[in-house]
Amino acid sequence: MIKDITIGQYFPGKSVLHRTDPRMKLILTVFYIVLLFLIQNILGYIIAIGFLVVAYIIAKIPFKMVLKSIKPIIPIIIFTAILNMFFIEGESEPLFEWWIFRIAPEGVKLAVTMAIRVVCLIVGASLLTYTTLPISLTDAIEDLLGPLKKLKFPVHELAMMMSIALRFIPTLVEETDKIMAAQKARGADLESGNLMQRAKALVPILIPLFISAFRRAEELALAMEARCYHGGENRTRLKQLHYTKLDVFAFLLFVLMLVGIILLNLYAPVLI
Amino acid sequence: MIKLEDLTYIYSPGTPFEKKAIDSINLEIQKGEFVGVIGHTGSGKSTLIQHLNGLLKPSSGRVLIDGQDIWAEGTDRRAIRFKVGLVFQYPEYQLFEETVYKDIAYGPKNMGLDDQQIDVCVREAAQFVGVSESLFEKSPFELSGGQKRRVAIAGVIAMRPQVLILDEPTAGLDPKGRNKILMQIQRYHEVEKNTILLVSHSMEDIASCASKILVMNKSKVFTYDTVEAVFSRSEEIEKMGLAVPQITRVFHELRHRGFDVAPNVYTLAQAKSEILRLIGENTAKG
Repeated sequence: MIKDITIGQYFPGKSVLHRTDPRMKLILTVFYIVLLFLIQNILGYIIAIGFLVVAYIIAKIPFKMVLKSIKPIIPIIIFTAILNMFFIEGESEPLFEWWIFRIAPEGVKLAVTMAIRVVCLIVGASLLTYTTLPISLTDAIEDLLGPLKKLKFPVHELAMMMSIALRFIPTLVEETDKIMAAQKARGADLESGNLMQRAKALVPILIPLFISAFRRAEELALAMEARCYHGGENRTRLKQLHYTKLDVFAFLLFVLMLVGIILLNLYAPVLI
Repeated sequence: MIKLEDLTYIYSPGTPFEKKAIDSINLEIQKGEFVGVIGHTGSGKSTLIQHLNGLLKPSSGRVLIDGQDIWAEGTDRRAIRFKVGLVFQYPEYQLFEETVYKDIAYGPKNMGLDDQQIDVCVREAAQFVGVSESLFEKSPFELSGGQKRRVAIAGVIAMRPQVLILDEPTAGLDPKGRNKILMQIQRYHEVEKNTILLVSHSMEDIASCASKILVMNKSKVFTYDTVEAVFSRSEEIEKMGLAVPQITRVFHELRHRGFDVAPNVYTLAQAKSEILRLIGENTAKG
């Protein structure tokens, strides 16, 4: 059911990856995505995939969770791969030709590399959310966006909105489950019928859900005001973020990977 | 009527959040019984009742309603849900229709009844819970908390279930609203003679209505017995951290102090006759 959604789910643990500073992890995730798009060599992909495998093993996240995070995007990957395969015009001899369909070797190449990139991207980004509490993630974002405060950008408010939104995802999921169960108990039929009927069957779930979301928002606003919340000015934190040797090490590792990939691009023969 | 065989349910199996919510439960509830269900938060009460109408699928074990395994192949679980009506905690949060009448009619409509039958069901259910017909055309969101609750309960009663399960129907209501709802449930039970399961934290509520009590503790059934039998074990129940009715506590203390009173007093009327009996005996001796 809805509870099976894993994107953004934290997987508790005490590994090195869990202990790395969330700011560093956030930066390195972006770094990793950039790396993925720099790769022009099959050895580069092996490095990128190998890194993920090792990282997941260190973080002790079961393989099943990885599959779960890729599952929802498999149709998209297949769809784009097929489009790439048929629509890329190559200069070399087509591998396959029939009527208006033509598959060029360049098309196959692009389809495969794009698929690998997207999978690595999703799995890599999931690693961040698996090993970082959403709350530390928003702290990290607030900290990293700090310089924008000088431009009067409401960084604190943005971070607060994000953490509240994240905080209420599980609550709303639970609420949805409850309302669904309650309406099912009254004979709601959510599983059969055509598209129109199914959309109509959602009304008894969505209306109570919206009403309760608004009620919760109002209650939360009141509770925050009752505790004199007034934005980010002069606010200090209970848990300060500190970079440690671990973070320096992680960063160096990524620099090494970057150098490796650039060298491979420059000197190794292009294998793909 | 309801029979549970070795029922076990595990939440989120295979993840670090895995939890056995109910553990090999065997239970048989007869037709027409009024069962009070008590237990701590997290003792598995809510999980248990969601199995009775097929909302949760047991991890292992069977649920039989009228001798029919509800997870056997080809069983129409929607039909089971009309037979076993479940009123969730804070049911007023599931109201959604434009008018009170339409909301109560949602269940019967899903059953596929025609308009005339629906009308009969709705009026009957509204009468049971004391929702006057003048409210029918109002929006359910305009009502007071107690009224909303009663409309929501009517929405389940309108399906004329043979078994009615209520999860904490009085939670968060003022004493007047509480008594009103309890009395209506009792009257409904007397008129319809159907099976009722009432989950509650209040021993007083349960002592005043139920004929039997099911005590849940740590995902297991601690005991399922008549009210007298259960409250005569009040010391064990208090040890689990559950309260017994105040009057039962008073009588236990009396026994401790050497008065010869019955161990299973749980209503004021019983207490009165018990004390009168004791005074009578003492004056006879004196």
